[in-house]
Amino acid sequence: MTGDTTLERQATAAPDVPAIELKGISKAFGPVQANKDISIRVMPGTIHGIIGENGAGKSTLMSILYGFYKADKGEIWINGSRTEIPDSQAAIAAGIGMVFQHFKLVENFTVLENIILGAEDGRLLKPSLAKARRTLLELAEDYGLNVDPDALVQDIGVGMQQRVEILKALYRQADILILDEPTGVLTPAEADQLFRILGRLRSEGKTIILITHKLREIMETTDTVSVMRRGEMTATVRTQDTSPQELAELMVGRKVLLRVDKTPADPGEVVLDIKGLKVIDDKGVERLRGIDLQVRAGEVLGIAGVAGNGQSELLEVLGGYEDGTGEVRLNGQLLDLTGRHSDGQSRRARGIAHVPEDRQREGLIMEYQAWENTAFGYHHDPEYRAGVLMNNAAIRSDTAEKMERFDVRPPNPKLAAKNFSGGNQQKIVLAREIERNPDLLLIGQPTRGVDIGAIEFIHQQIVALRDQGKAILLVSVELEEILALSDRIAVMFDGRVMGERMPDQTDEKELGLLMAGITDTNAPHSVEEIERNLAHAPGDASKEV
Amino acid sequence: MDVMPKWAEVILVPLISLLLAAIISALVILAIGEDPIAAVNLMITGALGSTYGWGYTLYYATNFMFTGLAVAIAFHARLFNIGGEGQAMLGGLGVALACLYIPWPHWTLALLGATAMAALFGAVWAAVPAWLQAKRGSHIVITTIMFNFIAAALLNYVLVNLLRPKGQMDPATARFPEATQLPTLHDLLAPFGIEFSKAAPANVSFLVAVLACVALWVLIWRTRLGYEIRAYGHSESAAKYAGISPVKITMIAMIISGALAGMMAINNVMGEAERLVLNSTEGAGFIGIAVALMGRSHPVGVFIAAILFGFLYQGGAELALWTSIPRELIVVIQALVILFTGALDNMVRMPLEKLFLAARRARAPKPERKPVEPAE
Repeated sequence: MTGDTTLERQATAAPDVPAIELKGISKAFGPVQANKDISIRVMPGTIHGIIGENGAGKSTLMSILYGFYKADKGEIWINGSRTEIPDSQAAIAAGIGMVFQHFKLVENFTVLENIILGAEDGRLLKPSLAKARRTLLELAEDYGLNVDPDALVQDIGVGMQQRVEILKALYRQADILILDEPTGVLTPAEADQLFRILGRLRSEGKTIILITHKLREIMETTDTVSVMRRGEMTATVRTQDTSPQELAELMVGRKVLLRVDKTPADPGEVVLDIKGLKVIDDKGVERLRGIDLQVRAGEVLGIAGVAGNGQSELLEVLGGYEDGTGEVRLNGQLLDLTGRHSDGQSRRARGIAHVPEDRQREGLIMEYQAWENTAFGYHHDPEYRAGVLMNNAAIRSDTAEKMERFDVRPPNPKLAAKNFSGGNQQKIVLAREIERNPDLLLIGQPTRGVDIGAIEFIHQQIVALRDQGKAILLVSVELEEILALSDRIAVMFDGRVMGERMPDQTDEKELGLLMAGITDTNAPHSVEEIERNLAHAPGDASKEV
Repeated sequence: MDVMPKWAEVILVPLISLLLAAIISALVILAIGEDPIAAVNLMITGALGSTYGWGYTLYYATNFMFTGLAVAIAFHARLFNIGGEGQAMLGGLGVALACLYIPWPHWTLALLGATAMAALFGAVWAAVPAWLQAKRGSHIVITTIMFNFIAAALLNYVLVNLLRPKGQMDPATARFPEATQLPTLHDLLAPFGIEFSKAAPANVSFLVAVLACVALWVLIWRTRLGYEIRAYGHSESAAKYAGISPVKITMIAMIISGALAGMMAINNVMGEAERLVLNSTEGAGFIGIAVALMGRSHPVGVFIAAILFGFLYQGGAELALWTSIPRELIVVIQALVILFTGALDNMVRMPLEKLFLAARRARAPKPERKPVEPAE
């Protein structure tokens, strides 16, 4: 498309005409009805939230609006006129911009080059770049979106990269911005900054659709909110007329506990004792730069941090599938960190159970049936074998019992793991690891991609294990989860532990600063300073979240 | 989500693929001015119409069963062993050494010894690329292909310079001693009063191949090793998490694969030629890839696909013998079968899946369906 023609396009709609109106949108993928007769009206100059559990159909709906999928039924009206959106070019032409959860940026291009990518005027780059630079300055002035146009994308922080994505959309004359789970990779301070920008955009007349599963964000930023459940739009309400509890109920379809019920911890002996743990990855980068941590029996140690600051490596080295150096003791006995006795089997034999961060890539074999997955990692155990053969009957009956205890639905041991929902997959992993009665449970992102109903259950199981006097090392990028579950919190940044806090003596703000590598949490800090700091961290935003 | 019922997946898809291959083959035969129906008739009577035809069909099928199983077990570990040809050649060398230099008292012992040697030689030949892949990251597809050439060159050298009897012009070993000659199906079936062609080369190795199918089924679906191999094949990252060593699985899967490919030699070298000649494998190592693809890496599938390819081989030979259809056309027909059953699988699968979906939706509203039983 060319910039000149679209520049002339003005927001012609009268204020009482919705910027976006979806009428009766339906979409099925095979037997799955992802969207069922969905209608929304979003007025111009408002922020509209769409909230729902994973798999509720939020992303499908937005993909239809952005031209990735074609709806089976239904109409899209933009600014009062019916619009066909067969592809994303058409969406851009209709003034719709999308900021994806995983940024679509070329890492070794500058900010400016990324912004004009796909919207160059003519064959020569130079005039386009000059024009983009002017436009960028105007946009920065209008919306407070300051970015260095000549910085390489790989050198700027995640928050900045997201800003580039927003600028890309604005450069293409977007009046309607869709943001898909925009805060997943941000620290709380960066998220606040993002919401300030969104507020500014709204006051300039832009229409914003915010897709999220975080109730707090909805309550703080949106004007109206729609709730989706199982492909249907269950309610659309004004944000000021609702409450987090009501929204959660609408999402799940029943009452949910938003807080974890737990008694104060009663920590016992030190179970896990880590001293000077280092990990160097294949490329020679030091991922862990000397970690010292202790986890006691009967406590949950929560590790907070932005994804990619060494938490994954910590779990992997403790789980036995990453080599490390240093001293790690379990119940006083040294663990091998390299060599033949440093693998998943030996760790399990020593009483370490591990619920990995990525259940689909690590915790489960997606093609294996539930019963095969229940034996996964424990397939050499005496009760699961009959000579050289596997004792399939024993594994199946054991699986059926575990599925019942952990309320896995459907409770069918012969169903392949890929056919379970995220929450039920996680329950299969959890049942396998917890029921082994480990001394230490490593658990990473326990509720990522898990629906609210299952989150409650999983949190209860973790607390119950703690109450049995087990040591639990919890890694999560969700600060709320860390605050709710942990008895002690350690914050990691750039392969180091920045500090430990007690959950009742800290808040998201202080943890957020630690997550950005700032230990002096009492001094005032600007967002720019935090971002500068984050930009130098090895944090890897492209890591699957 | 599994869209199609199991029977459609296992039977319908390959059957339609085969049908498509047959139709195009018929068009090709028509195009060169021959009668496709007569050709099919000739192939069927030639390959299946007599015990002589069956004898050849089963002989070829035995070769393909071994090499097909070899490729299949490697596939389960997500390793693409293209080196079946070279491994089978080396297996032949093992058989020749066992038969020529050990004085066997009876064919049963000779068969055991030769099988062990064939498996050992094939396994060693597969172990080198496996080690290079596991430890050095050299891609196994490349190294196994190269090892085919090395095997051919090595065999050439050994036959010409070391094993060729003095004064013989032919680059081949001496004839194996009498005691190592394997009973043919004629010998085996005669006590039961069943007449089987004396001239056909099918022999007791066929039974060994069938046993290998059963053994491999047990290995893949019932043992812990098979469980680990499949787990590694599905997801290397998950295997690492569970403490399954990628090096160990790569080595073991390839050693089993190479051993199976090598064992083919008891059929073609010991059972048929009764001496080791140059190029004794005749491309069976490569046909094994097609057999494993068509058989979906399942031992039962491999068994059926091997018989089918045996039929194509024997039927094709008959065709070349009795009609003016050139021998090369047989290769075209075989290639079409491979193309449709292996490479163009999705072309048949996708429309079929749509069809089943539509059918199921017509039967709605009953979205919950009994999950498909696993392949076992």
